[in-house]
Amino acid sequence: MQEHDLSFVRAEMVANQPPPVSDHGPVSWLRKNLFANVTDSIFTILGIALIVMIVPPIIQWAFIDAQWTGADRSVCATVVQGGTQPEGWSGACWAFVDAKFQQFMFGRYPMDERWRVYLTGFLFVALLTPLLIPSVPRKGLNAILLFVVFPIVGFFLLSGGAFGLRPVPTPLWGGLLVTLVLAYVGIAVSFPLGILLALGRRSQMPVVKLVCVVFIETIRGVPLITILFMASVMLPLFLPPGTSFDKLLRALVGVALFASAYMAEVIRGGLQAIPKGQYEGADALGLSFWKKMNLVVLPQAIKLVIPGIVNTFIGLFKDTSLVYIIGMFDLLGAVRQNFADANWASPQTPITGLVFAGFVFWLFCFGMSRYSIFMERRLDTGHKR
Amino acid sequence: MATPQSTVEGAAPRVPLFYDPRVRGIAYQVLVFAGLVALIYWIIGNTTANLQRANIASGFDFLQGRAGFDIGDSLVEYSSDSTYGRALFVGFLNTLRVAIVGIITATIIGFIIGIGRLSKNWLINRICLVYVEVFRNIPPLLVIFFWYFGVLSVLPLPRESIDLPLGSYLNSRGLYFPRFLWGEGAWLVLVGLVLGIVFTFFVRRWAHRRQMATGEQFPVFWTSVALIGGLPLLAFLLTGLPLSFEFPELSTFNLRGGIQVRPEFLALYLALSFYTAAFIAEIVRAGVLGVSHGQSEAAQALGLRSGQSMRLVIIPQALRIIIPPLTSQYLNLTKNSSLAVAIGYPDLVATGGTTLNQTGQAIEVVAIWLVVYLGLSLGTAGLMNWYNARMALVER
Repeated sequence: MQEHDLSFVRAEMVANQPPPVSDHGPVSWLRKNLFANVTDSIFTILGIALIVMIVPPIIQWAFIDAQWTGADRSVCATVVQGGTQPEGWSGACWAFVDAKFQQFMFGRYPMDERWRVYLTGFLFVALLTPLLIPSVPRKGLNAILLFVVFPIVGFFLLSGGAFGLRPVPTPLWGGLLVTLVLAYVGIAVSFPLGILLALGRRSQMPVVKLVCVVFIETIRGVPLITILFMASVMLPLFLPPGTSFDKLLRALVGVALFASAYMAEVIRGGLQAIPKGQYEGADALGLSFWKKMNLVVLPQAIKLVIPGIVNTFIGLFKDTSLVYIIGMFDLLGAVRQNFADANWASPQTPITGLVFAGFVFWLFCFGMSRYSIFMERRLDTGHKR
Repeated sequence: MATPQSTVEGAAPRVPLFYDPRVRGIAYQVLVFAGLVALIYWIIGNTTANLQRANIASGFDFLQGRAGFDIGDSLVEYSSDSTYGRALFVGFLNTLRVAIVGIITATIIGFIIGIGRLSKNWLINRICLVYVEVFRNIPPLLVIFFWYFGVLSVLPLPRESIDLPLGSYLNSRGLYFPRFLWGEGAWLVLVGLVLGIVFTFFVRRWAHRRQMATGEQFPVFWTSVALIGGLPLLAFLLTGLPLSFEFPELSTFNLRGGIQVRPEFLALYLALSFYTAAFIAEIVRAGVLGVSHGQSEAAQALGLRSGQSMRLVIIPQALRIIIPPLTSQYLNLTKNSSLAVAIGYPDLVATGGTTLNQTGQAIEVVAIWLVVYLGLSLGTAGLMNWYNARMALVER
């Protein structure tokens, strides 16, 4: 039908094209990542404006105008406030942190007994580090040392009263020491307890299941503070008259129970994700319930929920700060307590102390989350595509 | 080869009773139950003994007693002559107030940061990442202290208040802004608003049906704006602008008039919003990334513009992933509002704590806390589950 031939042969050369815009090098990176189009450019400029607005004042406050040394509040207050700084001065009062550093770390733990805290800390780090490095052998022994032997040794080292060590009652403990003790015990108790609760919740036995469900849902439904109040006000009521109960121990019970309920839900998620065939396979091999769980189900389930577990740990670490409300002085509590020190009270003291405490908490939590990402990658045996 | 025969003959295999899983299960449960009953019996015995020794009558009669303490921030009428029950109710309302306002703000900030985390713009992406990593890794109590002790309590005294636009002031006693005084006929504005919302609902339904039938589109969005914004405005103009303001004014030591938002509330509200927003941001990011790539490609292939594909394809599917964890964040915020007690904002835990200290009725007060927080949790969870069920994937 068609009259003329549609085929086409180009007869003349195409004019030279300009060279392609380079797709590597800093200019191209800027073009691609910051100035891809008009909206992008506007956002970039807004972002730069935000950074310019926020970052230099922070640097000015935290470093340039900051007071690093000093004996009392006069270095951190303006003339009107009874100090030596010029009017309008605003800077971090690191001298306050420097002066109170020992308190922030140990609370009122007696000076000449502090070697015990150092030793406990050293033991902890020495046991924890090899456990965290995957290539170091003998993980089982290491875990037993860290979670069975270490608590006993640490208990006697810190609280004393045996082996010729002077007793140090827990009201004297404070600062980061209390934070770490709470976090360590919380983690060490909530993990196994959480596994038990999760197994209980998935159990075929209605009574066991009901008990676990009620426990988990009640604790998850209320704030930690009420649990801590319960532990501090109601626990003494529940025990035989005359039983006195250490305040730190009450807080430990509260924090550990609270964390284990959350842990149970995380682990239950992992258990549910394991295909039924795994359970049946273990049954077919004739494994008992605990062997089935220990050898087949839990290793897979826990690996799946490592991010959730670490998130619970991080939450627990942050939640230890709440014991301040029931009258204990962990790191945040110690900082908060020192705002009232007339020797150091100035408008800059609270914010400096809080920034310091925030930084310490941040280091621990950020470290944990990075480690969990590392572990997740390592243990990834390729279930994901 | 005689073994199978034995079962055929019906002779029960001789297994010790202890190895029968059913018997074992029952035995375990009886053990657990007995242990639990014994524990509860022991606890009740101890508790009654302890209460008798301390001379505390159990029961909720103390709620009728005179509270005798003041509450600075109250939504309903309250004085120190009111009852303990009233005080707890005031605390409950305060908890609800900070939770609701906080949830709204945290959602807005969280969605902005979460979408920023998804931006291809490197700078925006990094700024949002820094925000998330900073706030996720510090305790909420510290954030509350930061706002309360670090920022709000070092603001100037009332006499040197910072002027904000629209007749508002900020000083160490809180934020003051003008009170709206509605004049006569102002209820018509409200009627206009309600009518606008009702009309919008019907217009949307009609437009949707028409589009399904004929394919014609109707500018629903602008009609809604006109209806919801326009009708109240019309009523407002017709009734002769029945609105005046009561501006806060500086007197000798304090600001008079207007509405005062106390620093305790501000600190708690800001801290909870900023803290929870970091978690919501991560949830939003995970939700949008969780929608498979094929969906956005398919939307592109259908010729939808990027805004449309976001609105009609990506977000509805992302919401399905987002809602369940978002619910638990809302619950977390509500529960974290109990940290109010650390800075003296009179929420349920704070007023309950004072009551507990004054009356010694530990069990009753803790029981009230448990019931209220469990109720709030179940209520929020129920509401979000209903919403989730509406959004859920309708499968064959």
